[in-house]
Amino acid sequence: MRHTIAALVENRPGVLTKVSGLFSRRRFNIESLAVGVTERPDVSRITIVVAGDDTVLEQVLKQLNKLIDIIHVTKLSPKNSVSRELALIKVGVDSATRSEVMQIVDVFRAKIIDVAADSLIVEVTGDRSKITAMEHLLSQFGIKELVRTGDIALHRSSTTAEDIANQGEVN
Amino acid sequence: MTNNITGAKALIESLKKENVEVIFGYPGGAMLPIYDELYDADIRHILVRHEQAAAHAADGYARATGKTGVCFATSGPGGTNLVTGIATAYMDSVPIVAVTGQVPRSLLGVDAFQEADITGITMPITKHNYLIKKAEEIPRVVKEAFYIASTGRPGPVLIDIPKDVTTDLLDFNYPEEINLRSYKPVAAVNIEQLKQAASLIKASEKPVIYAGGGIIISHAAEELLQFAELIAAPVTATLMGKGAFPDTHPLSVGMPGMHGTKYANYAIQESDLIIAVGARFDDRVTGKIESFAPSAKIIHIDIDPAEIRKNVRVDVPVVGDAKTVLTKLTALIKQHQPKTSRWLGRVNKWKKEFPLHYKKNDMIKPQYVVESIYELYPDAIIVTEVGQNQMWAEQYFKYTKPRTFISSGGLGTMGYGFPAAIGAKVGRPDATVIDIAGDGSFQMNSQEIATAVQSEIPVVVAILNNGYLGMVHQWQELFFEERYSSTVIEESVDFVKLAEAYNAVGLRAVKPEDVKPILKEAVESGKPTIIDFIIDKTENVFPMVPAGAAINEIIDLE
Repeated sequence: MRHTIAALVENRPGVLTKVSGLFSRRRFNIESLAVGVTERPDVSRITIVVAGDDTVLEQVLKQLNKLIDIIHVTKLSPKNSVSRELALIKVGVDSATRSEVMQIVDVFRAKIIDVAADSLIVEVTGDRSKITAMEHLLSQFGIKELVRTGDIALHRSSTTAEDIANQGEVN
Repeated sequence: MTNNITGAKALIESLKKENVEVIFGYPGGAMLPIYDELYDADIRHILVRHEQAAAHAADGYARATGKTGVCFATSGPGGTNLVTGIATAYMDSVPIVAVTGQVPRSLLGVDAFQEADITGITMPITKHNYLIKKAEEIPRVVKEAFYIASTGRPGPVLIDIPKDVTTDLLDFNYPEEINLRSYKPVAAVNIEQLKQAASLIKASEKPVIYAGGGIIISHAAEELLQFAELIAAPVTATLMGKGAFPDTHPLSVGMPGMHGTKYANYAIQESDLIIAVGARFDDRVTGKIESFAPSAKIIHIDIDPAEIRKNVRVDVPVVGDAKTVLTKLTALIKQHQPKTSRWLGRVNKWKKEFPLHYKKNDMIKPQYVVESIYELYPDAIIVTEVGQNQMWAEQYFKYTKPRTFISSGGLGTMGYGFPAAIGAKVGRPDATVIDIAGDGSFQMNSQEIATAVQSEIPVVVAILNNGYLGMVHQWQELFFEERYSSTVIEESVDFVKLAEAYNAVGLRAVKPEDVKPILKEAVESGKPTIIDFIIDKTENVFPMVPAGAAINEIIDLE
């Protein structure tokens, strides 16, 4: 089972190390991890996708909660959240295949962001399965390089990092 | 507010605000400004001979007193030498604050002389740690460090301070309040879960209370006693929970697990309800986890939610402080008629049938040494090393009060006992403090005799000398066809001469009748004393649950 976890953390040096160190030490499997600052400069959001059963998920959440620099941790259910991933894919092309690749890019509502004589860089955003499908389709042309950001996700409700951070201060 | 003081001065002032009365430490280049401030400060400093001992002494002080222990070490090797001590405290939830010097900020990250990334190294073995970047942070960080170390589930906190930060000036203002939005150590107890726990307890015919170190940390021994008597349940206290419940009480069944009593293990295995309080279902307690307490429902009371369902299935989790939870549970259950009389009869029958036992001969038996210590000094604080000595010290002394048994349970650190005993004696100068040691463990920190002598800390070390690294030797005897690979150390050191070389008292006993007089001589000497008890080297620790077996598959002498 794959679970998406959102953590609001203090935006301080070393926090990401504490989180990733916890995962390796407790033998939790990270599928992806994305980190960036939120609307509050002192708070970062880490989105982690972990593989494991419910017991593992429970432990991950509880152990993360114990880290002093973690302000709030929650599991995001697919129903109540949206998640996206971005990938950049460098595809080998020649004059014969270039237009075919461009058609696929169109259908996927992806973008071409760099053009060279023998390759294109495609930017695609979507959920994990869309990106995997895109990757699969482009592989016949020869993928030279590929990078994925890992999932980022938000809860659908209107809660902000500001709310949660303030809540933390009150409690 | 005091204007324009150095970072070093601010550190010492902050420690005073936290009522620190003693620091265990070792100076070094990066700590020079701090030690210079300490020179005139009204805080006692105990100079150890190895930084590992500073961490263990702070830990022993904390366990004996309930206060937060403090240790100092310099950058690089100073900090790395603390690591074993910090990990020991982390595993056993002991509040210590470790302060390490660091190279100046301009040299951070360039592999400077005596530079080590101690915050990186100690990340997985501290509750939290800090690298201070500005002198102004010192008061807030010290305040937070003591708060984090001592609240919730306690643990070690490390503060790393670059040397130039300790000479920078700041306006000192010690914060009155803590503002940590991300740390809420105690959650309110869930009343629904308490009610569920209460109804399981009322319905139970074969309950067992499994009490851990959390009882001692939370000062809940009195509450545990009332609760146990109310529900009339046998109590098994873990190694960390020794003293949480009196060993002399009729409901006490001794320790569970690998070297626990047969009757504690049988009781757990036949129980219909395990009430775990401040204990964490460690593998040394549960044995083969799939076979642990097969017919029991489990109530798990712990302040750390992450402990619940970490190792075993739990029917009713109760997150909260042991003292609070036990008080509330007792109130909920009041006027209850326990249905446990048949169960207690069965447990008592096991107690009579399978007592702890050993055979006497004309040699000194290690168990007899421990029994003699109990007979002569029942109120002593017993500190142990790790291995056979630790198990005998647990089995043959009757602990009746919290903070009287001090031992490295989780990490199992050989060399812990002697420096921890020094820390305990500094914290409790009124008490007789005896380190029950093995000849192997003691040698891991024997240099601390110098500390005890110089700082006049009269602890007694009772070495149960069998010339072996005994516990490993025992496993080799039982499970490795008596192939004693690297566990024989006999006649490699004369402990009496070693003690005398340090100007401590060294004594030796070779006959059973010498044991008590020599113990008396040691305690009455009022000086650091090392006793070399030459024991029967064939003696092993029993009963014993072999690794990977269920805890009722317990083997005994013969």
